[in-house]
Amino acid sequence: MPKEIKGHNLSKSISRRGFLKGAALGLASTAIPLGQADASFWEAYLQKHFREMNEDELRAVIKRLEKEYAEEYDVNFNIKTTKAMPGTLFGYGLDLSRCIGCRRCVYACVRENNQSRDPQIHWITVLRFKKGEKWIDLEESEKYYYPEAVPEEGYFYMPVQCQQCENPPCVRVCPTQATWKEPDGIVVIDYNWCIGCRYCMASCPYGARRFNLAKPRIRKEELNPESHYLGNRPRYAGVVEKCIFCVQRTRAGRYPACVEICPVGARKFGNLLDPKSEIRYCIENKRVFRLKEDLNTYPKFYYFFAT
Amino acid sequence: MYALVRNFFTALKHIAKGDKWYYSWLAFLSFFIVVGVISYIRQLHTGLILTAMRDQVSWGFYISNFTFLVGVAAAAVLLVVPAYVYNFKPIKEIVLFGELLAVTAITMCILFIMVDMGRPERVWHLMPLVGTMNFPSSLLAWDVVVLNGYLAINFLISFYVLYKMSHSKEYSIQVIKPLILISIPWAISIHTVTAFLYNGLSARPFWNASILAPRFIASALCSGPALMIIIFQIVRKVSKIEIDNRALFKIAELIAYAIGLNLFLFGAEFFKEFYSGSIHLAPMEYLYFGLHGKTTLVPWMWAALLFNITAFLIFLSPKARENFLTLNLACVLVIVGVYIEKGMGLVIPGFVPGVLGEIYEYSPTWTEKSITLGVWAAGAMLYTLLLKFAVPIYTGELRFLSKPGKE
Repeated sequence: MPKEIKGHNLSKSISRRGFLKGAALGLASTAIPLGQADASFWEAYLQKHFREMNEDELRAVIKRLEKEYAEEYDVNFNIKTTKAMPGTLFGYGLDLSRCIGCRRCVYACVRENNQSRDPQIHWITVLRFKKGEKWIDLEESEKYYYPEAVPEEGYFYMPVQCQQCENPPCVRVCPTQATWKEPDGIVVIDYNWCIGCRYCMASCPYGARRFNLAKPRIRKEELNPESHYLGNRPRYAGVVEKCIFCVQRTRAGRYPACVEICPVGARKFGNLLDPKSEIRYCIENKRVFRLKEDLNTYPKFYYFFAT
Repeated sequence: MYALVRNFFTALKHIAKGDKWYYSWLAFLSFFIVVGVISYIRQLHTGLILTAMRDQVSWGFYISNFTFLVGVAAAAVLLVVPAYVYNFKPIKEIVLFGELLAVTAITMCILFIMVDMGRPERVWHLMPLVGTMNFPSSLLAWDVVVLNGYLAINFLISFYVLYKMSHSKEYSIQVIKPLILISIPWAISIHTVTAFLYNGLSARPFWNASILAPRFIASALCSGPALMIIIFQIVRKVSKIEIDNRALFKIAELIAYAIGLNLFLFGAEFFKEFYSGSIHLAPMEYLYFGLHGKTTLVPWMWAALLFNITAFLIFLSPKARENFLTLNLACVLVIVGVYIEKGMGLVIPGFVPGVLGEIYEYSPTWTEKSITLGVWAAGAMLYTLLLKFAVPIYTGELRFLSKPGKE
């Protein structure tokens, strides 16, 4: 029976997991009103973990998700599943001496990555510090600053987003393996696997993770339909999201949206494994540091000073 | 089969029968359960935005209650140790009720986790075999294992004993002794694992202190047994069960040591944080003195400390702890004290100040309060029904058929 219910993979033998799921489905279907028990409901409910799906299953899921999004947002989404390119390890550089705190990156990111507008979600936080005061103590920073114009006299700015740790605490603590580090170093989330326990948020030293407290709302004309399964496709209520280095762009050889928009060129991005890349030049020639290095998370996000 | 069905109805009839106090108590609890369920349906529908939790403080009242209740569940061990290991007779008689309390507390813990989840219907993702449980890496996966294991152990022990008793048979100590011996370290483990769940996060200096797990155990050994002392007095008042005063006083004496230890560990933490005064002092400062004018938890924390010290002095004096007025006062004080300290007083300072220095003052909304009350009412209801079933078996008023037609 489970073979029929699962719909694909008819020729494959029943795995133990498949059998258990089938049994669970059989039991559960008796409890769910018949009207709701249509195929797509169960397909969605029993969707496997991203990394456990084979090519066929993944294709079927993408098709179903595109249909779901089309019904919900009336926009035709193109959801890619592009894999990491071999020989790439993405790294990011941020020139603190250039950043003017304009927050253009924050909003470019929101537009590119389909963050909820209401409730409002931002993946990038720009912190403002008073010059000549404590810096390492982030308690002295200000996140809610609203000046007439930037940069302001006597202040400097430090944008913070997911630091894409090589040793990410969030991945270690996730009870369902719904978040993991890809071969190109990007920490991603399967939004269809996350149970919303928020343990990852408690574990993140950089405050990089965001929770969908309610159903994300975005106006139809503001949606970006060019998306990636592990990236900017629309999220659900009750799941966690975060900066994914614009995986939908960067795996296609483009810059992340925040790098592209930065008016002062404070943001650098590239392949850490390529000795000729700009990011490698910065690391080797500037005075770089990483945030909270004492925690041994090994971020791939480098702050530096140009001068 | 016949006997099983008949026994089921005998039990049901017994649970349904009671005086007007019993019915009003159940009606009272049902009211809060219904309110809680309605609030939860709203929360499911709208999302956790109905709570005061935000990205800055991503765990709140639900997880606070969960943490406190793990301690209550673990404390059943304090009764088991003297009862079975030292063969202290007066406590042995009442261990069963401690184990049923553990069953209830763990059930409540599971409910609190469920209401906190963003996608509760996906809970199967963290189950072994069907899901992708991140074991052994995630401490939350460990917690799932130890809590469910503890539930199973306590359920098995208490229902084996009840089953034998209800069929007028002597239970075999050989059968339950291994289970009881396992349950002792297991009780320690549920609270240790829950402590490690917080403890392992280097991002949160308030939790990332080695003293956390010992403090969890010490505080659990204060509040859990205090709750038992109160429950036992109610049980012997409303039923025919006789509970020896000596048992209660023995438990009270053990609580005195536990509070003493808890206060010492607290002092050690307080000293280290304030004397060294690094930036990691901030959460502790927020708790006891407020930070940048934000002082929501300050009165609560000082009240908790005052309650714990007062309770300690009462439990310490044999005269005071053997007087039921002062004994009960001390029990209530230490329960409330630990509820504050190991509830909100533990969870919130993990998030305040946040990892990027932000101070978000968390205070639960009505949705959170009514769901929390609902879970507590459900727990009280479960324990009442369990006792209603277990007490008459214990006193011999309720007996089951073993074979059809044979009384």
